[in-house]
Amino acid sequence: MDRAAIIGVGMTKIEKAKVGETFADMAWEAVNKALADAGMTIDDIDNVVTTSSDFWDGRTISCMAVGDASGAAHKNVSCVEGDGTYGAFYGMTRSISGSYKTTLVTGHSKGSQSVSSLITNAAFDPIYERGLGMDMVTACAMQARAYMHRTKTTPEQVAMVSVKNHGNAQKNPLSQLPMKLTVNDVLKSEMVADPLHKLDCSPVSDGCAAVIIAHESVAAKFKQKPVWIKGVSFCADSFFFGDRDLSRAKSLTEAAQKAYAMAGIKDPKKEIDLAEVYDAFTYQELMWLEEMGLADDATAGKLLEKGEFNIDGRLPVNASGGLLSGHPVIAAGLYSMAAVVKQLRGDAGGYQVKKAKTGLVHGVNGLGGQSHCVWILDKDK
Amino acid sequence: MAKRVAIVGTGQTFHKSHRPDVNGQELINEAVVRALNDANLKMKDIDAIVIGNMDHFEGINYVDCWSVDGSGGTMKPIIKLTTGGTTGCTVAIGGYHLVGSGMFDRVLVIGWEKNSESDTTGAITTAFDPIWDRLVFAGAISGLAAEAQAYMARYGATDRDGARVSVRDRKHAMNNPHAQLRKEVTLEEVLASPMLADPIHLLDVCPRTDGACAVIMASEDVAEKICPKPDWIWATAVRHSYSYLGDADYGRLTSMREGSQEMFKKAGIKEPRKELDVIELYQPYSFGGLIWIEDMGIVGPGEAPQYIWDGNTDMGGELPINPSGGVISCNPIGATGLIRCAEAAMQVMGKAEGRQVPDVNFAFSSGFGGCWWTDMILHGKKKPK
Repeated sequence: MDRAAIIGVGMTKIEKAKVGETFADMAWEAVNKALADAGMTIDDIDNVVTTSSDFWDGRTISCMAVGDASGAAHKNVSCVEGDGTYGAFYGMTRSISGSYKTTLVTGHSKGSQSVSSLITNAAFDPIYERGLGMDMVTACAMQARAYMHRTKTTPEQVAMVSVKNHGNAQKNPLSQLPMKLTVNDVLKSEMVADPLHKLDCSPVSDGCAAVIIAHESVAAKFKQKPVWIKGVSFCADSFFFGDRDLSRAKSLTEAAQKAYAMAGIKDPKKEIDLAEVYDAFTYQELMWLEEMGLADDATAGKLLEKGEFNIDGRLPVNASGGLLSGHPVIAAGLYSMAAVVKQLRGDAGGYQVKKAKTGLVHGVNGLGGQSHCVWILDKDK
Repeated sequence: MAKRVAIVGTGQTFHKSHRPDVNGQELINEAVVRALNDANLKMKDIDAIVIGNMDHFEGINYVDCWSVDGSGGTMKPIIKLTTGGTTGCTVAIGGYHLVGSGMFDRVLVIGWEKNSESDTTGAITTAFDPIWDRLVFAGAISGLAAEAQAYMARYGATDRDGARVSVRDRKHAMNNPHAQLRKEVTLEEVLASPMLADPIHLLDVCPRTDGACAVIMASEDVAEKICPKPDWIWATAVRHSYSYLGDADYGRLTSMREGSQEMFKKAGIKEPRKELDVIELYQPYSFGGLIWIEDMGIVGPGEAPQYIWDGNTDMGGELPINPSGGVISCNPIGATGLIRCAEAAMQVMGKAEGRQVPDVNFAFSSGFGGCWWTDMILHGKKKPK
C-alpha cells in the first residue's frame, strides 16, 4: 500500500461566537493558514474534501457554503459528513489510491448558530427515543454513570480531567477556554445532567481547521517536514443504547487495535508518546484511554491522579487543552490531528511535550461514542 | 490506481412515491440484501460501508451511525458522504477510492432517500446563501427553469425539444420494473401538463421517490472471483465549482464540460459519441437531456435537439440514454446518482434484462445537484490498464 503524510495544518482560533464571520470566512482563514504552513499555493492542491454537517450548519448541502472559500472550484472535490478525522480518512484514501497527490481537508462548525440539544436529539430514533427528550448531554450522562459505576472511578478523578485540560489550554493560544481550575471548582459548577457538571462538558464553539495530506511521492516536495500516517482505522458499534454496554466502547477497541496493527505497534502504552483524545466530556478521556489499551481497565482515573497524562507525564493526553477547552463539532478531529502534527514537528510551543515521535489522534461520530476513528502519526516514515 | 476497482453486485428497491410499510433502515436493508445476493456475498464479507442521503429530507442526524441495523454496519467502518443531489454518485466515487487505496477489498456503497417524509423544496431551499440566493431561487426548479430559458434563448430550442426527451425517458421506464413512474406519454401530453416554472411542465420533471440503492465494489485482487464479468471503473471526475447561483453560466453546464473532458482524457476516450455505448445521466428534467449532452461533448452546442429527434438516444439508437427511464421516472434523491451508477454497471455486466443495450464496452453515469455540480463515472467491460 502506498503511504501518505500530513504536510500542512491551519486553524482559526476557537471562539465562543465568531459573529463577524460566515462559514466561508472561517474556511478561508484556515485554508490559507494551512497553505502557508505547508509552503504551498492553492494551485499545488489537486483535490479537496470538506467536512461539515447539514444539521450543525442548519443548511442542506452544507459543503456548498465553503466550497469556493476552500479553493475547490475547478478541482475534484467531495464532502464527508461527520467528525474531521473521517474527512481526513477519505482525503487520505484519495491520495494513496493514486488518483490525486495533494488533498486539502477542511472541517468547520459554528456552534454559536446551533441548538445542540435539538440537533443531537435528532440523532436518536424518532419513534422510541426522541420523545424522551434525549440529547448528547443526557446520553453521555448515562454513559458517565455506567462507566463510573463499573470502574469505581470517582467524581474527583473525572473532575481532574477538566482541571488538567483547561490548564493545558493556557499554553495554547488558539484555545477558547484556558482556565486555572481546582477539582472543587468543577464539582461546584452547575449540574447539567447528573453526574456531569458544567465544567465536565465541552463548550459551544466556532472554528475551522484544515490539513493537507500528500502522497509519499510529493510529501517532501514542500516546506514542512512531513508527518507520516502510520495507521488508521474506524469502526461503528450498535445504534440503540439498549444494544450496547454503554460503559464500554468495543468499536473503539477494534479501531485502535487495527490502527496499531497497521502501524506495527505491539505495546501501545510504551510506543505511543502522546495522544489527543476526544474529550467532549471529562469521563470520556479516561474511558477511551482504557478502551484503546493506553491504560489498564478501570485504572485511568488513578493514573490521572498520579500525573501520568500531564504534559510532563508518561503519556501526555490532550496537551493542547482538548475539546473541553474548545469544541467546534465536526472540525474537532482536525484540531486534534493538527495538534499532534505540531507536537511531532516540535512546533507546539507552550504545550510541546518532550518526547514526541509517535502520536495518536482520536475522533468520534454519533451518540456516546458509537463510532470511533483512530490515527497513528509518526515523525519518521 | 494502487488497486483497480470493479463493481461486482448491485441492488435496488422497487421505488415508489411512498413506502409507509418500511422505516429508513428497512428500506436501506432491502437494497443491501439485493446487492449481497447479486454478488453472492454475505455481510461478513464486507470490509467497509459508504452511505449517503440528504439529512434534511428525513430529519435524521448522524445517518452513518443510525443506519447500522439496516446497512449492516455494526462493528464495521462506516462513513457518510453527502453533497446534495450529487450524493449518489459521490458515494460511488467514495467507494472507488476506499477500494482503490488498498485499505479495503470489498466495500458496500449505499444511497437512499425517503422523500415522502420530507418537505423537499423547503429543505433544498436552505442549501443556498441566506442573504443573496435563498429568496430568489427557492428549491430546485427555479434554477432549472432559468437554465432552460437561457439555453432556448441562445440556441433557439423550444419546449417541444424538451418534451421529446421526456417522451423518450418515460418510454424507456416501461422496460424497468424498478422505476416509480411507468406510463408512456405523448409530446402533446407533456406540453399540455401543468406549467410549473416556465418552460418546465409537470411531465418534464422528476417525481419525489422513496428508494434505496446499494452497490458492491471490489479490488482487482478479488473482483473476478466474486463476479466473472465485473464492471470496471475506468475513471471518475467531479466539479463543484460554485457556491453562489449567480456565478453559473446559465444555458451551459460548466461542471459537465470540465469534468467530462478530464475523465475522457484520463481514460483515453477521444470521441465519446462513438466510444460510449450507453449513458445513464442524472437528468432531473427534460431540458438537461439536451444541454448537458452538448457539454459532455456528445454533440456540439445547439445540436442536441436534432440529435435526439433523430432517435439517436432512444433504445436501439446510436447512443441510448437512460435505458432505465432516468431520473424523471424515479428520483429517491440520495440514491438517484447511485442508481445511475448501478444501471450503468448492469449494462456493462449484461444484467440489465429488458432494458439491456447490446454489447456495452463503455458506459457513462453521472450525478447532478448542488449549485450546478456534476459528478461522473466511466464504466468499462475491460480491465483498465
